[in-house]
Amino acid sequence: METVIEVRNLSYTYPGGITALKNVSLDIYRGEKLVILGSNGAGKSTLIKHFNGLLKPQRGYIKVFGVDTRKASVAELSKKVGIVFQNPYHQFFSEKVWDEVAFALKNFGYSEETIKYRVTKVLRLFDLYDYADKSPFELSSGEMRRLAIASVLAYDPEVVVLDEPTVGQDRIQKEKLREYIKLLSLQNKTVILVTHDIEFVTEGFDRIVVMSNGTILGEGSPKEVLYNEELLKKANLMLPQIPEISIRINNNIILEKKPLTDDELLSLVLSILGVRK
Amino acid sequence: MKVLVVENLTYYYPGSTKPALKNVSLEIEKGDFVIITGPSGSGKSTLIRTFNGLIPHFYKGRFEGRVLVFGVDTRKASVAELSKKVGMVFQDPENQILTLSVEREIAFGLENLGVDPREIRLRVNESLRSLRIEHLRYRVPFELSIGEQQKVIVASILAMKPEILVFDEPTAHMDPFSALMFIQILNELNKQGYTIIVVEHRLDFLVKYANKIVVLRDGKIVKIGDPLKVLAEEDVEHIGINVPKYITLFKKLSSYVSITSIPKSSDEASKILKEIVYGNRDRG
Repeated sequence: METVIEVRNLSYTYPGGITALKNVSLDIYRGEKLVILGSNGAGKSTLIKHFNGLLKPQRGYIKVFGVDTRKASVAELSKKVGIVFQNPYHQFFSEKVWDEVAFALKNFGYSEETIKYRVTKVLRLFDLYDYADKSPFELSSGEMRRLAIASVLAYDPEVVVLDEPTVGQDRIQKEKLREYIKLLSLQNKTVILVTHDIEFVTEGFDRIVVMSNGTILGEGSPKEVLYNEELLKKANLMLPQIPEISIRINNNIILEKKPLTDDELLSLVLSILGVRK
Repeated sequence: MKVLVVENLTYYYPGSTKPALKNVSLEIEKGDFVIITGPSGSGKSTLIRTFNGLIPHFYKGRFEGRVLVFGVDTRKASVAELSKKVGMVFQDPENQILTLSVEREIAFGLENLGVDPREIRLRVNESLRSLRIEHLRYRVPFELSIGEQQKVIVASILAMKPEILVFDEPTAHMDPFSALMFIQILNELNKQGYTIIVVEHRLDFLVKYANKIVVLRDGKIVKIGDPLKVLAEEDVEHIGINVPKYITLFKKLSSYVSITSIPKSSDEASKILKEIVYGNRDRG
């Protein structure tokens, strides 16, 4: 497996004296859909800001595609690692949706033709093409979020980092987000989702890393992590609903299969009861 | 007693040709715990902005029908007057914090109203106690966690002694544990007699405490009633709301096994399922 981001013994203390990261080590692999899970203030956002060089390691190092981030500019790193931050409206500065998406492409020096092609493509993909001439600030919150993702995807980074993308989103938007993540993964992109949304991560991810108090407490497959009550508790998190119900039922067949969705648990319960679906 | 009545409300934002609210009628009784939910852009935030007169006083636009707060038509009262009855807490606590100490933050609104300093002290103490944040009294609000900040905002609203508390996605930025703690505080406030109205997408912790849910879509109320009954209805997921998994699970299960009741928490769901799985119960 090719490592795209290598984090080694990373520590970071903010100027005010708050230590946000303590000796963090992590390997992120090409094409994986990784979740960085943690409660408010766990250090997740500080960690990802190191991925494109917005923050530079104070101790330890980070290599992005083999390049030490201390030796690369944010612009260079951003070409490889696109980060979609939490509050879209803090990011927008263009007068039109089209320009917002084209901005980074222009900065990276792409030709007019390529820019036109790519902007059209992502705006279509995210159902934003009709708004191309609108101001980003006229969009609804869900549309703004899509625009933030589109602006990053337009320059085709190898690694896409999504910081709390599910905050304030309804069910339909969350399902769409899951589709986009799948789509990216099919193109062999690496997707890193940073979140405290324990329900959202029950479907569609390969690996979950749990952070708390600036350290990595544990990691594993979604089933391993989302059934590890002790680990989640230590991270000030909770079991998602279906694992919680399954653990409380305390049935061996269910505990062995570790269902994560209502459909999975339903099938198990029905098979135990001998009811055909 | 009806504390809030919305009658045939239709509202257009200035310059908009599409109504943000269409023919909305709603009655809220004293002591109710109401969830307002619906997909993005369905009119949830617009609706609650009519409760303290922000609409139509600040937002203007076309306003038909009426909203009555304790029998007073909101068009005939100022936002300041209405705010004494209806306290509003918005999503981002950061944007609502104004001062450099928790105590000052809570006293701020009262000072502006010219309340007697002795009375202010009493009310600050009372509010700190209600939210169990006495230990935060001298802290700097900006340095607190988001959950703590949100409690400080609520305390500052409580100090104004409103009777209705309205929250616009108060837990959106909170991790699950902080959200659960916060919702338990809402429940305590409700037990103390406050009428609680919460706009939320995240329903799993709230269902247990609320006695009414209002589901909006395209500016219209499409469902209203007891939260469990409404969320158990077949077509509710298509509206785009986050129906708790313990409810969707039981809805699906009920096609195969006879279910006598839909659970109102994961905990209750596991108890019922345990009985079903271990067969201590008739299975229709």
